[in-house]
Formats: sequence, structure tokens, C-alpha cells
Amino acid sequence: MIIDVTGLEFDALNEKLRESDSTVTLKGCLGQRFIASGMKDKTITIEGIPGNALGAYLNGASITVKDNAQDAVGDTMNDGEIIVHGNIGDAAGYAMRGGKIYIKGNAGYRAGIHMKEYKDKVPLMIIGGSAGSFLGEYQAGGIIVVLGLSTDGSLVGNFPCTGMHGGKVFFRGEVSKEAFPKNICLNPATEEDIDLVRNSISEYCDTFGFDKNEILGAKFTVATPDSNNPYKQMYVAN
Amino acid sequence: MNRIEGQIRIPSGCAIAAVISKDGNRMTGEKIVESMKPMHDRSNGLGGGFAAYGIYPEYKEFYALHMFFNDRSSRKNCEAFLKERFEIVKSELMPTRKIPAITDEPVIWRYFVAPLQSNLHNLQLDEKEYVARTVMKINSEMPGSFVFSSGKNMGAFKAVGFPEDVGVFYKLDEYEGYSWTAHGRYPTNTPGWWGGAHPFTLLDYSIVHNGEISSYDANRRFIEMFGYKCTLQTDTEVITYIMDYLIRVQKLTLDEAASVIAAPFWSTIDGKTDPYEKEKLKFLRTVFPSMLITGPFSIVFGFNGGLMALNDRLKLRSMVVGEKDDKVFIASEEAAIRVMEPNASNMHAPAGGEPVIVKVKEGAF
Repeated sequence: MIIDVTGLEFDALNEKLRESDSTVTLKGCLGQRFIASGMKDKTITIEGIPGNALGAYLNGASITVKDNAQDAVGDTMNDGEIIVHGNIGDAAGYAMRGGKIYIKGNAGYRAGIHMKEYKDKVPLMIIGGSAGSFLGEYQAGGIIVVLGLSTDGSLVGNFPCTGMHGGKVFFRGEVSKEAFPKNICLNPATEEDIDLVRNSISEYCDTFGFDKNEILGAKFTVATPDSNNPYKQMYVAN
Repeated sequence: MNRIEGQIRIPSGCAIAAVISKDGNRMTGEKIVESMKPMHDRSNGLGGGFAAYGIYPEYKEFYALHMFFNDRSSRKNCEAFLKERFEIVKSELMPTRKIPAITDEPVIWRYFVAPLQSNLHNLQLDEKEYVARTVMKINSEMPGSFVFSSGKNMGAFKAVGFPEDVGVFYKLDEYEGYSWTAHGRYPTNTPGWWGGAHPFTLLDYSIVHNGEISSYDANRRFIEMFGYKCTLQTDTEVITYIMDYLIRVQKLTLDEAASVIAAPFWSTIDGKTDPYEKEKLKFLRTVFPSMLITGPFSIVFGFNGGLMALNDRLKLRSMVVGEKDDKVFIASEEAAIRVMEPNASNMHAPAGGEPVIVKVKEGAF
């Protein structure tokens, strides 16, 4: 079913969404915040530009955005998937604790800030292009993958993994050690590392029409925190 | 008794938007007012405003003073003062619409003035310095009178209310400008008064700001040493005066001013490969350390013939830029740009501290 949400306030939009069929397309979206927040058991396609905090606290629903998305997509999401066919704004996956976010284009600043994991709840974010500065800031768990496709060769901005103390960040290709805080270890990805993301990257490639063999055939670098001094950070001397 | 803005500080989110035509094509205010609607929830109704450039071509040689007065006697008083300093070529009540969403308006007046040449000669001041000092004097020493716009061929329009209502109140659909900036306010430090709404202006410089600078008082103490008077305890006012000081007084370029207020980290400077750029950044941080603005901000700085958009170096606020034909669009959210131009292209978010400078081609403004 298709719902035209042109000019609707976000609360009215979400009310319609809650009452809708399980598979639904939102047409004419323009800046409404909190779309599908906390929802499960829905497959939602969005045409237009969804507002900030799309899929906040998402609990199992599947959201596909055909164009760009704004800030704080998947804020504290618990489960489900958010697929963005364009670029994504700042603070994507803020404090995310489960589910996955696939971005075809670039991510803004602070993607994956405060991501966390617990037992089988391991959130995942795959960024097709490059990521802005402060990628994985204060990351406590979960997996971020940056593929660097269709960029000028840059993978990430300044100060990646600042305050990171858990989880993993994968970069397709090599990154400069100097850009990272001293407590972050950078190593070539092992087969074991790649096994963690192989199926997801394949799925990502199928979703956006990329060549999975070419992408998976490249060398990856993995950033992990040095657990001997996990809390060293740029803002406070310790 | 409630204390008004400037007497109390309450430890604020906002919305900004802008559009400019590089060919100097003039647009009515309708689109920029519309653009604020999807960002409604970023403001709380305690302030909205717009700056428009190129709107007074018939008076382009004169400074346009937009003023708030508490009452008729404040106005009479202030007019007597203005007449000692300026030739007033036109004086009129600001045209407004009465709408239910905007209430308790002060007396809003508009003057087109030229400084008296004999005064300029006696004081050995250039015109702009003379006008700036007059604005400071009125705003700090004449209770009940407040200049909220003082540039040539431009004007600020602001009020307590949501920005989309403020636009209707000031009849912005009846003005045509080549550049517009807009602000929706969510005051966090002050109670919200008409004078405290954005844009903040001095001469033709205007600032709309989303953020909350943590260096406010350090910046204020420093800038007040140069004759500026911060009357409202609001951080945007101090940014406006810093930009005036760096650009008009110190004659820095826009890029250089951006490197002062959003200076790169020393570690970033150390990593620069171009020795000239490295030295220059070091020089600017060393000479103007007290003008580094810390804390979150995204601003649009307007001036005659152009605008500059800038994020703080950590990029703690959002800002998106898009283009279409001769126009460049800037906003806190992409949705706002899509309202102004659904087919805008090259949509991107500039990095923190990386200024976006757009100028109207020479002779077109």
C-alpha cells in the first residue's frame, strides 16, 4: 500500500504507519522526524527525504530510503534494517545496539558513535563511500565497514575511532596510522575477521548491485582498541 | 518580575537556511520562508528572523536602520539623537501584517540615513566605523531603543515567533533580494526577546547561528576591548562582532576569518603538507587565539554580495549545501533545501571548519 505523507506532521505520519499494511511505501516525505520509531514487523519504503532520527529505537522493521537520509538515522536501534540508497547525515547509528544499516553513498560525521554490543546483539553498519570525521567515536561494540567505493580514494575524515573501546571497524584498503588515536590497533584483516562480515557484504552488494567478488577480493584493514588502555581520549588527559 | 533578554542567562537547537543567486537574480522571500516549515520542530516559537540582501535598490546609497522601540517617547528621543548624526532621507513605520501568531510587537521603524559629512570630518572616522559606533551607542546606552539592522541595501527582519510566521508578519513576499538567510530559534541561554532573535547584524554583516558556543565569555571579554558592546548575553551577537572585527577592521579574507574562528587543531595543522598554508594557519591561531570559537555552531554569515557558511571544527551541528543553476542553497536539513528547489544537485555536507563561500558576480548586486 502507498501512503502520501505530503505535509503530514511526524506524529500523524507514524500513526498512519502503525495502522498500515505490513508492506508500505511512504510518498512525498519531506523532513518528518522519527519515522517508524520503535516499529517492528513492517517493510517500509520511503520516497523523498525522511527527517532526523529515522528509525530511532527501531525494533525489527525494515526501512528502505530511495534517496538521501538526514541525521541520526537508527538512533539507538535495537533490531531490523535501514537501507539508504543515497548519502546519510551525521551521527548515523547513534548508540545502535542491534540490526544493520546499509548506506550506498557516504556517511557524515560521527557514524556509529557509541555503538555497542551484548552477546548475540551485534549491530552492523556498512558505508559504501567514505565516512566523515569521528567515525566510531566512543564505539563500545558492533561492526562498522567502510568500503570507499566511488570516492576520490579517501575512506575516512579526521580523528576516526576517538574514544573507541570495543567493536571493530573495517576499512577496504589501507588507512594512515597517524590519523588514529594511539590506543587503536590497525591490522590487516584475517580470514577470521572477514568471516564476520562476508555474508553481510555479499548481501550489501546484492542490495545495491555491486560486484561482491571484486569488493571482497580487496585487502581490508581492521581497527580495534588496544584493551590495555581503552579509555585514552582526546578531550581529557589520562 | 520577568527579566528581559540581556539581564538573565539561561544555560540552546535552532534551524538555519539560506539561498543566494550568483548571477544576482532577485527572489521574493516566499521560498526561504517556506523552507523553514519542515524544520519547524527545531525552533520553539521564541524567535525567528531573516536577512535579505539587495532589497532596497532605490535607497542603496543609504544605511537602512531597522529599529525596535519600546514606545513612542523612546522613538522621539532616539530620532532627536539620529538627527544630530545623520541626514534622514526617509523614515517610516515598518510595514507588517497583523497575524494571531505574532503578538506584543514593539514599535518597529525603518530609517534610510546618510552620515553627516561634517561629523565624519570632525571625528576623522570613515562612514562604516561611524555607523557602527552609533549602533553600539544606541544599543548600549539608550534603553527602549534597539537597532537590529544597519547595512546598505539589506535588512534584517526578526521577531518572537516561529520563522514561517515572522516571514508573513514582515511581508517578506513583497521584498526581492539576491540573497536570503533565515533562522528559527530555540533559545537556551536567554528568555527570547525580539532583539535577541537572529539574524544578528552590524552594518551589512549578518549572522544566523545554530549552536551554543562554550567560549562565549572569553570571546566577549576580548571583543569588548575593541569598542564592541555585547548587550544581549547571546553567543551569536559576539560572533557577529568578531566577524566585523576580523574582516572590516583587520581586513582578513573570509577564508582567513574562518581559520580564526574555526581554527584547525594543532595536530591537523602539523599534518599539513603545504608549508605556506601551515605557516599561515599557525600565524592566525597565534595572533587571534581569543577569537577561536569553541562549542557547536553552524552559521551563515551574510554580507553585501555574498555569504559564507561555516561549521565548528568538530562539526557538532548539521549543515547541508545544494546547487541549482545560478543558485546555492544552504540549510540545517536537506528537506529545507528540497522545499526551495526539489531538483537541487550536488547535495553535500561540508566538513567542520571548511567554509563555503558564495559570491555574486561583480556588478550584479
